[in-house]
Amino acid sequence: MAALAKKQEATAARLDGLTVPASGQWASEARAAALGRLREMGLPDRRDEYWKYTRPDTLTQADAPAAAVFDTGEPPLFDSFDRIKVVFVDGVFDAEQSDELAGEGLTIERLADVAEKDIHWAKELYGVLEAKGQTPVERPLAAFNTAFATDGVVIHVTGKVAKPVSLIYQHKAESSDAVLHHVIKLDAGAEVTVLENGPAAARFNKSMEVNVADNAAFHHVRAQGRDHERRAVTHLFGRLGTESVFKSFTLTVNGRLTRNEAVLELTGDDAVAHVAGACLGDGDFHHDDTVFVTHDAVNCESRQVFKKVLRNGATGVFQGKILVQPGAQKTDGYQISQSLLLDEDSQFLAKPELEIYADDVACSHGSTSGAIDEDALFYLRARGVPKDIATDLLVMSFVAEAVEEVESEELRDEIIGRLESWLERRRG
Amino acid sequence: MAAIDQTQVKEGVDQETVDAVREVGGKYKYGWETEIEMEYAPKGLTEDIVRLISEKNEEPEWMTDWRLEAYKRWLTKEEPDWAMLDYPEVDFQDQYYYARPKSMEEKPKSLDEVDPKLLATYEKLGIPLKEQMILAGVEGAENAPAEGRKVAVDAVFDSVSVGTTFQKELKEAGVIFCSISEAIREHPELVKKYLGSVVPVSDNFYATLNSAVFSDGSFVYVPPGVRCPMELSTYFRINAENTGQFERTLIIADKGSYVSYLEGCTAPQRDTSQLHAAVVEIVIEEDAEVKYSTVQNWYPGDENGKGGIYNFVTKRADCRGDRAKVMWTQVETGSAVTWKYPSCILRGDDAQGEFYSIAITNNHQQADTGTKMIHLGKNTKSRIVSKGISAGVAQNTYRGQVSMHPKAKNSRNYTQCDSLLIGDKCGAHTVPYIEVKNNSSRVEHEATTSKVDDEQMFYCRQRGMDEEEAVALIVNGFAKEVLQALPMEFAMEAQQLVAISLEGSVG
Repeated sequence: MAALAKKQEATAARLDGLTVPASGQWASEARAAALGRLREMGLPDRRDEYWKYTRPDTLTQADAPAAAVFDTGEPPLFDSFDRIKVVFVDGVFDAEQSDELAGEGLTIERLADVAEKDIHWAKELYGVLEAKGQTPVERPLAAFNTAFATDGVVIHVTGKVAKPVSLIYQHKAESSDAVLHHVIKLDAGAEVTVLENGPAAARFNKSMEVNVADNAAFHHVRAQGRDHERRAVTHLFGRLGTESVFKSFTLTVNGRLTRNEAVLELTGDDAVAHVAGACLGDGDFHHDDTVFVTHDAVNCESRQVFKKVLRNGATGVFQGKILVQPGAQKTDGYQISQSLLLDEDSQFLAKPELEIYADDVACSHGSTSGAIDEDALFYLRARGVPKDIATDLLVMSFVAEAVEEVESEELRDEIIGRLESWLERRRG
Repeated sequence: MAAIDQTQVKEGVDQETVDAVREVGGKYKYGWETEIEMEYAPKGLTEDIVRLISEKNEEPEWMTDWRLEAYKRWLTKEEPDWAMLDYPEVDFQDQYYYARPKSMEEKPKSLDEVDPKLLATYEKLGIPLKEQMILAGVEGAENAPAEGRKVAVDAVFDSVSVGTTFQKELKEAGVIFCSISEAIREHPELVKKYLGSVVPVSDNFYATLNSAVFSDGSFVYVPPGVRCPMELSTYFRINAENTGQFERTLIIADKGSYVSYLEGCTAPQRDTSQLHAAVVEIVIEEDAEVKYSTVQNWYPGDENGKGGIYNFVTKRADCRGDRAKVMWTQVETGSAVTWKYPSCILRGDDAQGEFYSIAITNNHQQADTGTKMIHLGKNTKSRIVSKGISAGVAQNTYRGQVSMHPKAKNSRNYTQCDSLLIGDKCGAHTVPYIEVKNNSSRVEHEATTSKVDDEQMFYCRQRGMDEEEAVALIVNGFAKEVLQALPMEFAMEAQQLVAISLEGSVG
């Protein structure tokens, strides 16, 4: 394959000037293995089927394209919540702004510290779920992350944690290039909520590997920063044990390029995995949700709910897959991706896939795209609601199904409140 | 059929469906061979073979050059590997690219001169090449009224067309229906204008191969305003061993015309796999309509996956004019490997494309099939209904693309694809690509049995049906709709499939 050789060559050239962060034994091994994987598969290029709808060049090139820092003029999300704050500025941990890295029912450490040790439990997970997630589809930028991540958090959850862990990503330098990697391990019966928000950097490559043991529950709510020119590629790897729960929701409102991959594997019976996302794209905005859910146990449930509202030439991409392995009977898989195109210039590109090798399963998927419902608009206007408010009402009802996936009412209200204020401000 | 007999079928799957699949995938009825003296070109593919095929067909120089150009392109192309198909590498040099019965050396002037052995072959397949009212095998044919439905048949045996019926009557109506080799000689202006205009020479690996070596196939031209007085049909038979069949079909429906075209195919039962790489091009001008129906029943290999046809087919319809309409209907039951995506390019405003497919795979069969709907014109409409049924250790994939271009304002697509698995060793997959580049168009893709039209549900519920009953009624009505899209001549095959319900289906 000449194409692969060419890719490998380009990747070798790109990696030439980079050095893997110095680390202790376990991390050095994990990083070397990841680097090997990366050299083998090569960085993605636009000819890759998995990158059919999103151009990876600005994510792979040597220098991060500059992105101006944007002042939203609003308080950061989740500000009023009682939480454990962990702050990163342009990808560098900021102890001053962060809370003490401790809490009841969990331990939190910095990856930078953990990586220096020769022995640490993080070895069981760091780069392990990522490596597993490379088949059947390669995710080279995740391997890149494992090799080059400079910091992140390493969390061990042993009980039910009341306070959410809140990861805050601040963007201050115009051409910052951040690579963060988080590892989260939930023991049997443990529960935790992880929040993420902020633009992070001009270019942000982030991985999160989460192992959810039997009967444990992981909740994840994320809002990606609003800096117009930022670019981000993120990977969320999850492995689910028996009767465990994994729920993730992402809100994206701005950014020139965002590629969010979620790779979940249901390995224990009766596990439940939900991934959802709502995005409001305006103008030069490209947002890609790529999800791969593997059912490898009996009687599991998975849901993928993605809603995209696009205007002024914004592009929304959805690539979703449900893979049901032989023997994963009684699987209940659901996948919906919908776009609301508010003008003629925006576009929606979707590839909702199913791959099923078990016969006693119920898997369904749906995908729709279209303009705002004129009848509904007319109904509202006939009742005296001005057009722009009516449109926003319909936008809110459109994204509701995705937002509903956030289990905590408080968090849901926070998200809805923020969405409404954005729409209101946009109306002027 | 051991595989399916021993299979535990999950609850909710209709027994009738299982029986029907068993029947369809049962003993292959067309596995016999005609013993007839054949004439082969040397094995393998070289420039000389391409020249030889061209020479045998008595082609003009422009055609030979066209083929050679394609051959050169083919050498630079790589075999596609993106389909969910797993089969041993095909040795393209270990094939015969041309085989014709010796008795066809001198072109028979009429059907009366055709070798009786060949006529008997088609008779046995239920395709008598006599100008009779209706295809044999259709119940009640013998009682059909004299003015009943007529079907003109072009019979292709390995690399050559054996004969075409009803040519005279069609000529009176202005319709040209003949083998493509004859069309190249008799109607070069039409062939030159349209050949390769829908599926370009370099379209894909198999289409390029076909362009270089196609030996025969059918040609149809329906002049403006003419409604073709009868159904047209081509029957492809592979007989010779180690021989690839590469047929080329070109259908042109001029302004305001209408034609319905049927295609059938079978092959003998052999231990070694055989190659079939066809190209079908359809040009549809303003206000014209083409219906293209296929019952694909190539030899599927035995229950251990030995032998069978590798079917790599490129079919495409170009709705060039406004209000042009095309309808693909396919029943895919044969072939060891199927790689086939009949597509519609909806170029004219208000053009319409429809695709109805039932693909049944059993034992070791693998099918990767679907369609492409490329919306370019305004107010274009398309509809995709696909049912895949997998049994034994078979793999069945729906792969489709719906693309709404920026200028295709107010267009509409509706896609439904359902799969059914019989047994826990097979697989069913769905790979749709949806690309929407304007907001006045609506695209809907769904793959679930419970999601039926709300209004229809409401109507049924209101009349006292419970939800399940209502869904069953609506969904079964839908399945029948697919089959009713088939012309009557395929009624026999279709009847067996009517029993297949969507109950218990997965995405």
